[in-house]
Amino acid sequence: MYDEWLDKYEYLIELGKNLGDFPEEKKTEDRLIKGCQSRVWLDCEVKDGRLFFTADSDAIITKGIISLLIGVYSGRTPEEIASDDFSFVEQIGLKENLSPTRANGLVSMISTIKQLAQRNV
Amino acid sequence: MKPEELRIQFPALTRSVYGKKLVYLDNAATSQRPLKVVEALSDASLYHNANIHRAVHCLASEATDLYEQARESVRAYINAPLKENVIFTSGATAAINLVAYSFAEAFIGEGDEVIVGESEHHSNLVPWQIVCARKGAKVIPLPVDEYGRLVVEILDSLITGRTRIVCVSHCSNVLGLVNPIEKIIETAHARGVKVLVDGAQGIVHCDVDVQKIGCDFYAFSGHKIYAATGTGVLYATKEMLDILPPFMGGGEMIGTVSWEGTTYADLPYKFEAGTPNFNAAVTLKPAIGLLESIRKDEELTQSSELVKTFVYQRLISNSKIHLYGTADNLSQKIPVFSFTVDGAHHEDLALILDKMGIALRSGHMCAEPLMHRYGVTGMLRASFAPYNTMEEAEYFLACLDKAINMLV
Repeated sequence: MYDEWLDKYEYLIELGKNLGDFPEEKKTEDRLIKGCQSRVWLDCEVKDGRLFFTADSDAIITKGIISLLIGVYSGRTPEEIASDDFSFVEQIGLKENLSPTRANGLVSMISTIKQLAQRNV
Repeated sequence: MKPEELRIQFPALTRSVYGKKLVYLDNAATSQRPLKVVEALSDASLYHNANIHRAVHCLASEATDLYEQARESVRAYINAPLKENVIFTSGATAAINLVAYSFAEAFIGEGDEVIVGESEHHSNLVPWQIVCARKGAKVIPLPVDEYGRLVVEILDSLITGRTRIVCVSHCSNVLGLVNPIEKIIETAHARGVKVLVDGAQGIVHCDVDVQKIGCDFYAFSGHKIYAATGTGVLYATKEMLDILPPFMGGGEMIGTVSWEGTTYADLPYKFEAGTPNFNAAVTLKPAIGLLESIRKDEELTQSSELVKTFVYQRLISNSKIHLYGTADNLSQKIPVFSFTVDGAHHEDLALILDKMGIALRSGHMCAEPLMHRYGVTGMLRASFAPYNTMEEAEYFLACLDKAINMLV
């Protein structure tokens, strides 16, 4: 159980390290996701009716988590994202074992992605 | 007694998390609960449950007796002169809010000043900000230096003719240093200024004799000294309690009530409005009994000192780690270690250590201004109790190294 978790973290750390650059000037209050212990910034651009997300965090595991999320949702239409139930988060075992504060961080990330999608529908 | 013998009394310490033995190092947030405290709580709830200080029936008198016995245990432990000096609250935060509200009503006016230690947690800062905003008064910080030491030498120069009260912790919940409260009180009293001591951590790790300390107010929570949650104590001098108006109205805090006006009950009931958390308050008696026996036990004291010194030395000699709150003399340091690691975020470290079975705190530790003071968004905190063993300390340090290597 323990090693399984450490493997997950190793994977998230790798994802976090490999996440593309996020410009310093984009690290603004309005891009900051509330409800996380670490700071997470999320930005989105619309190209040809599809959303493309970029993100950053000062904590590497959180950065891995947001990287995973935007990897799944980038390039999809706002309608698809807004109507998605985000059940893949549970399927990959990300949500289980997360204490409320941390789950809140994850929940906040998901709800921010949804809000951005709804705004662009 | 050996720590291993003490641990037997705490069922939570026998459990595992994620298949690993639990190593509980978040004691500064709350201690674990010993079986006899939980039994006292359930016994009071199941067999002696009646609202206190009211009815004449048997259960009510048993419940009242248990509640007052707990008050007497607290009084004796902190050496308060009378039971009238001991007010039961829901915790240290509630106790400080009580003082802030009532003290401000009696003494704080426009242009007045309240001095608050820079290392205070929010519970001893925000209540003062609230009342000062209402009264048009100012909150003035008493700074800490780079080692985490309160710069007490400048206190006298910070006190003006408008200073009404100085509010400092006995020990900071982040820095883990024992503040020179006697010196602070001496300085403040010489200028006619009252002193509130937040004893949330102090009551756990220091001998507290309120008469010897000489403070006007001393506040602490029960849940950090093994009692049930929702219990807390405000000690205050009778002089203060006589002058201060009540914080909340209703319940047994009254003398007589009429439309024309109301008189208040005698101390301490004047400050215990509504139905107190009487079932939980009962647990302060066994909890204080345990605290006292732990602090008197030479073997436990010695083992706690060894663990503290070992962890301190190892953290301070690690070049990747920055420890906040250092002391030349470790008698001035309680086993509360807050630190940051170069290149690794506190949240990442806490997440990984959690999966290794280690419970510790990450974040701003309810002391954001102090985080700003040191230019960090948060820290990692390991806080030890007498039931933590050397083996746990070694395991924690080994896991910390491992977690750092994963991240850096």
